[in-house]
Amino acid sequence: MSGNNTEAEQRHWIRTRNLTWLVLAIWFIFSMVVPWNAKGLNEFSFLGFPLGYYMCVQGSLIVFVLLIFFQNWRQDAIDDELGLDD
Amino acid sequence: MSDTSGKSGNFIDNLGRIYGVYTGGFIVFIILMAILEQMGVSAATIGILFVGFTIVIYAFIGYLSRTMQVEAYYVAGREVPAVYNGMATAADWMSGASFVALAGGIYFGGYGYLGFIVGWTGGYVLVNSLMAPYLRKFGCYTVPDFIGTRYGGNLARFCAVVVLVVASFTYVTAQINASGTIAARALQIPFEWGVWIGLVGILLCSMLGGMRAVTWTQVAQYIVLIIAYLVPVIWMSNAQGFGIIPHFSYGEAAARIAELEPLLGVGTAPTETFPGVSALTTLHNDPQGGWDSWKMVTLAVAMMTGTASLPHILMRYFTTPSVRDARRSVAWSLFFIFLLYFTAPALATLTKLQLLDPELATSIIGKSIEEVQSLEWIKNWASIGMVAVSDSNGDGLLQINEFFMRRDIVVLATPEVAGLPYVISGLVAAGGFAAAMSTADGLLLAIANALSHDLYYKIIDPKADTRTRLIVARILLIGIGAAGAFVASLKLTGILGAVAWAFCFANSGLFFPLVLGVWWKRANRQGAIAGMICGFAAGAIYLIYVQNGGTPILGLDGLRFGLIGMPVSLVAMVVVSLMTPEPDAETQAMVDEVRNPRGKPILDAAH
Repeated sequence: MSGNNTEAEQRHWIRTRNLTWLVLAIWFIFSMVVPWNAKGLNEFSFLGFPLGYYMCVQGSLIVFVLLIFFQNWRQDAIDDELGLDD
Repeated sequence: MSDTSGKSGNFIDNLGRIYGVYTGGFIVFIILMAILEQMGVSAATIGILFVGFTIVIYAFIGYLSRTMQVEAYYVAGREVPAVYNGMATAADWMSGASFVALAGGIYFGGYGYLGFIVGWTGGYVLVNSLMAPYLRKFGCYTVPDFIGTRYGGNLARFCAVVVLVVASFTYVTAQINASGTIAARALQIPFEWGVWIGLVGILLCSMLGGMRAVTWTQVAQYIVLIIAYLVPVIWMSNAQGFGIIPHFSYGEAAARIAELEPLLGVGTAPTETFPGVSALTTLHNDPQGGWDSWKMVTLAVAMMTGTASLPHILMRYFTTPSVRDARRSVAWSLFFIFLLYFTAPALATLTKLQLLDPELATSIIGKSIEEVQSLEWIKNWASIGMVAVSDSNGDGLLQINEFFMRRDIVVLATPEVAGLPYVISGLVAAGGFAAAMSTADGLLLAIANALSHDLYYKIIDPKADTRTRLIVARILLIGIGAAGAFVASLKLTGILGAVAWAFCFANSGLFFPLVLGVWWKRANRQGAIAGMICGFAAGAIYLIYVQNGGTPILGLDGLRFGLIGMPVSLVAMVVVSLMTPEPDAETQAMVDEVRNPRGKPILDAAH
C-alpha cells in the first residue's frame, strides 16, 4: 500500500528528511565537536569567558533552543506548502 | 476542570489568568514569610510553612483534576497548549538531581561534569527531530503502545514495558529519596518518615486525575521551582556586583577563580577523609583534551540519547492537541529547562567564589579554623554530617583541602553561605521539593500506565471496561509508589548515580526500536524484539560487570553504560530485521501515515 502515497506525501517526506539531517548536523557540531575541543577554544575569550567553557555552559544550550525553534518554523513551512498541515 | 467530561474548555481558555493569579499568590506568600521572619518566627516554622503550603496547593489542583475518562486519565484529554505542556515537561524533566545536585556537580566536577549540562539539553533536539511529532501522530497512550502497534504482537509490547519499568523505577527511587531528604529537613522528621510523606504528596497529585492532574500540578511546580532557583542567584549576584542577571557577566568570576586556584592550592589531595563529603580538588575550568574530551562527550551522548528514550518525557508530548503543537511544546520545554540549566553554572561559580575569594566577607579558605567553625551555616550543616572542617596540617588555618562538603548541598546551602535571610532557604527547599515531586509523579504515572494499559488491558484482559481499567491504573500507582518509597528508604545509591542509570537503561533498550520504528520502514517485529532484548541485556550485564569492579572498556563506566547497550541494540535490530521477512503492507502504510502530520491518528481514542 506504500505505493498509494501521493506525490505531495513523498515530496513532504524527502524535504522533512533533509531538514532533519541539517538539524542533526548542527546538533552534532554543538553537542560533540565543540565540547570536544573546549581546550583549544579556551584560547579565545567571549564576553569575558574562555570560549570553550562558555560554549559548554551556555553557548551550545542557546544553539539548541534556537535550533528547535528554527526546525519547527521550517517544518511548518514544509507542511503548509504541501498542504499536509494538521 | 472537575467536570466529568473529557473536555474542559473553560479551564483551558482561562489558563493564563489561573496561573497568573497562582504565581502572584505564591509571590505574596513569599513576602508574607519574609515579614513573619522579621517578626521573629523561627526558621523551622517557615520551612514547614513553605513545604506544607505548596503540597496543599498541588493536592488541591490534583483533586480538581480528578477524572474517570480514559483519554483524560492517560493523555490529559489531548488539550494541553504547547507553552503549558512545555512548562509541565520542564518540571517533569528537572528532577531533584537537576535542582539539587547539578550546581554541586559543576562546583566539584569541573569540565568533566559539563557533559550533563550539554547532554540534558541537547537531547531535546533528538526528541524534536526523531520522536515527538511522530509519536503524537500515532495517537498512543504510552510508549509501549507505540512499540506494540508499530511492530505488532504482545512480545514486543511486553519487552518495551520491561525496559520502561526498569528505567523509570530506577529513576523514581532517586526522586522519592530526594523528596524524602527535603521533607525530612524542612519538616524536621526522620528521613524514613520523610520518604513516606513525600510519597503521599506525590500520590495526592496524580491518583485521582492521572495525566490530567499531573499536567496541571507540574505547571504549578515548574513556577515554584524556577522562582526558587533564580531568586537566590540574582540576589547573590547583586550582592557581589555582577548585576541583576549574572549569566552574561560571571566570566569575571570564573577568571578570578582561575586566578585563585593556584594560590589556594586547589588540586592538592586532602590527607583525611570523611564519609559522604568531599574536598574540592578539580579545577573549575581545565579541559585537558584527548581522554578528557572523550569522557565529557560520551557522557553527553549517553544523556542525550537517554533523554530521547525516557518514556515519562515522551508521553508528555501525547497530550497536545496536534502534531504541530507537539513540536512547539518541545521547543518550549527546552526553553524552560534552559532557564535553569544556564543558571546552574552561574550559581556554582558565584558560590565557589564566595567561599574562595579572600576579598569577600563570606570567604572561609585561609581564615582561622575556630572562626570558620563558629559560622552559623557551618555549624548547622556539620551537625548533620554534610559539611566537615578539619585542621589536617595543624597550622590553625583552613586550607582548601581541609574543607569538606557534600555535593548535593551546594544549592541548598548557598543562601546561608551568602548570608541571605532564611525565607530564601525555605523557598529553595520548596523548589527542590517541587522538582523531585513533579518528576516522581511523571515517572510513577509512566510505570502505572504502561502496566495498566499495555500489560493489563492490552495483554491480560482486553475486554476490561473503562472503570476497571482506571481502578487498576490507580491501584498500580499506589503499589509502585509504595515499592519506590520502600526502596528509597533503604538508601542504596546517591541521587545522581541512579539517575544516570535510568538514562542508560532507557537508551540501551528503547532508543533504536523507537527511532527506527519511524525512520526505517524495513524494521520489523523480530528486529525490534532482538534490539530491545540484546541492547537492554548487554547494557545491564555491562553495568553489573563495572559495578563489581570490572575495568571499564574505553572509560565507559556506570554512568555511560548505554553506549555499550545501544550499539548492540542497533546491530541486533538491523541484522535480525534483514534476516526476517519485511513488515506487511499494512504496517508499511502505517509508517507512511505516521510521517504525514495531516489526518487522523493511527490509534483512535477508544483503543
